[in-house]
Amino acid sequence: MVNTETLAVREQFESAAQQKEASTLGMWIFLVTEIMFFGGLFTAYTVYRSFFADVFAAASNTLSATIGGVNTAVLICSSFTMALAVRASQLGQRRALVWLLIATMFFGSIFLGVKAYEWNEKFEEHHVPGPSFHLEGERNQGQAQLFFSLYFAMTGLHAAHMVVGLALLAVMAYRAQVGRFGPDYYTPIDVTGLYWHFVDIIWIFLFPLLYLIGRHHTA
Amino acid sequence: MITAAAEERVHYLNENYGIKSWLLTKDHKRIGLLYLATITLFFAIGGIFATLIRLELLTPMGDLVSSETYNKLFTMHGITMIFFFLVPSIPATLGNFFLPIMIGAKDLAFPKLNLLSWYLLVIGGIFALYAMLAGGVDTGWTFYVPYSSTFSNTYVVATAIGIFIAGFSSILTGLNFIVTVHQMRAPGMTWFRLPLFVWSHYATALIMVLGTPVLAISLVLVAVERLLHIGIFDPALGGDPVLFQHLFWFYSHPAVYIMVLPGMGVISELVSTFSRKQVFGYRFVAFASVAIAILGFLVWGHHMFVSGQSTYAGLVFSFLSFFVAIPSAVKVFNWTATLYKGSVSYATPMLYAFGFIGLFTMGGLTGLFVASLGVDVHVHDTYFVVAHFHYIMVGGTLMAYLGGLHYWWPKMTGRMYPEGWAKLSALVVFLGFNLTFFPQFVLGYLGMPRRYHVYPDEFQALHVLSTAGASVLAAGYIMPLIYFIWSLRYGPIAEDNPWGATGLEWKTASPPPTHNFEETPVVRHEAYDYAALAEEARVG
Repeated sequence: MVNTETLAVREQFESAAQQKEASTLGMWIFLVTEIMFFGGLFTAYTVYRSFFADVFAAASNTLSATIGGVNTAVLICSSFTMALAVRASQLGQRRALVWLLIATMFFGSIFLGVKAYEWNEKFEEHHVPGPSFHLEGERNQGQAQLFFSLYFAMTGLHAAHMVVGLALLAVMAYRAQVGRFGPDYYTPIDVTGLYWHFVDIIWIFLFPLLYLIGRHHTA
Repeated sequence: MITAAAEERVHYLNENYGIKSWLLTKDHKRIGLLYLATITLFFAIGGIFATLIRLELLTPMGDLVSSETYNKLFTMHGITMIFFFLVPSIPATLGNFFLPIMIGAKDLAFPKLNLLSWYLLVIGGIFALYAMLAGGVDTGWTFYVPYSSTFSNTYVVATAIGIFIAGFSSILTGLNFIVTVHQMRAPGMTWFRLPLFVWSHYATALIMVLGTPVLAISLVLVAVERLLHIGIFDPALGGDPVLFQHLFWFYSHPAVYIMVLPGMGVISELVSTFSRKQVFGYRFVAFASVAIAILGFLVWGHHMFVSGQSTYAGLVFSFLSFFVAIPSAVKVFNWTATLYKGSVSYATPMLYAFGFIGLFTMGGLTGLFVASLGVDVHVHDTYFVVAHFHYIMVGGTLMAYLGGLHYWWPKMTGRMYPEGWAKLSALVVFLGFNLTFFPQFVLGYLGMPRRYHVYPDEFQALHVLSTAGASVLAAGYIMPLIYFIWSLRYGPIAEDNPWGATGLEWKTASPPPTHNFEETPVVRHEAYDYAALAEEARVG
């Protein structure tokens, strides 16, 4: 009963192929809007980094490139398991699909856990913008605050997208478990995968921009 | 007895009844009507603010409201009219209702998302209304920092949240339109057979999708700066308030085209139908919409000629701004050329179309004045600018909206509106509009700044004229509200194709069945092919 209902083409569409193409195009356009959404922050970052290059490099050096690098690796692993999940859904391997989705959620959660640890460190080091902000040895505390304002805004917005992604994955894992998907119908897994990869790619840009500025002349 | 027979036919309005069948509907036509009711309410609210502004400006003294209240009035007028009326106006009502029918589809690609879009507008509206009732907001609709982020003691965050949420309504509507036009066209409905209404909505959807997210993030940053004091734009830390203006106008200038492009689409339909001719230079008009959408993203800096932007940037933005005039003029010339040797009739929608063409031209030409660096320094932040954009937004978009509403009313409701009253209202709106806003060009040129409620005595005569015009305009808007509601019950029953028009929406019943067509239509002709229509009528 459940199966026939979801495998059926929804009434506004003429065919399953049309439905699949529409859903995929819809997700791609949504990702374009997401790029524009993050784009505002990237623009602000670019402007301030060019204004205050030295302060940004100094502030960036207080972030741990090791922790950031490990987190990047964790996220790439999650993208790998996600890609495998899409393949499993295409091949109709239900158990593999469920486990791969859970693995993706596992890596995603590790990433968020590490992120939470890093943020907590910032509070202890007084690197959170506000009245008690202080960056050791920096003459221009205001500009350093701008770096950390952007750091929190960008990683915060990224983390919010990760949380949405985890919720989506949980729903997909449940639906996969009850057998909603098969080789004829796996579009939701496909578009969830697109979203997840997008969130990963945002991080791939955030990591060098925030963690690796000016490493070459200080390391 | 004819009425009884007509009412037995099942269509989207009588298929089921009850509040739940409306609030949970996935039918794009019903959602279009939900939007119609919602934005009419917001238009009334924005109109009340406008009324208070015009009443205050009757005298040179601040005798009706205080400066603080006046700041809130023009802010809330702008926010309500732009974000909760003009941006959703034509796309969310007429576009929602007719875009799928015009391409021969059963619905938009994502009906649930469409309903969600409406709820987002309503929720965003509730936030904005809360802010207004709790004490208002006084930053101007532009939310310039650092006033909005640091100094204003009004409800900035609640308003920003409201606009943020309503923005996602707009983004999702745009997404839905793009996917629908790409994927849902009926057999034979090629890109160059699409009605120009669809082309202009496609161009609008591109701007909604690309521009609105940037406004969303800008407002998030202002709200975060206000709440958490983290300071992205705070000059005390080295932050740059001009950066906010860049981000804001990156959306808000293209937003002007979100507001006017759908109106241009309506006018193309009206001019063609009431000239019984194909729109002159169809492809040019179609591509002009896309060109306006693209160029619209390259001119935002012309709002910042006096904001401390570099002179060279200003030079480039000024130069590019002139380019917008080209596709806009292509449209105006092509509509005019369509009339040539056409069989022109003067039904109410056509009167509105004539009004649009004239007023949009005035608004567009004065746009060239303010796009010129030197002239803009003189008229910047004066009533000249106020008059300029009201000619585009009210003289343009609102005229097109009303024209479109009259044109498609029979299809939407199955009833005709009273033609005599409608013609009178079109005339009253046109006269009232010009009486309201033409004096503002003069006022601005003489040096009356915008956003002031106390002014030198010599400006009073022009302000009184403007306020008098606003009362006439209000009467022009109240008339359709009354006779449209009246027509729902007492209007003559509409035929399927009362105007003898060619679009697919006229090939289905009035009002249409829930899935728009009894069977999926197959398109064999170009858009606006009146010869083919006559041939079909002859063959029967």
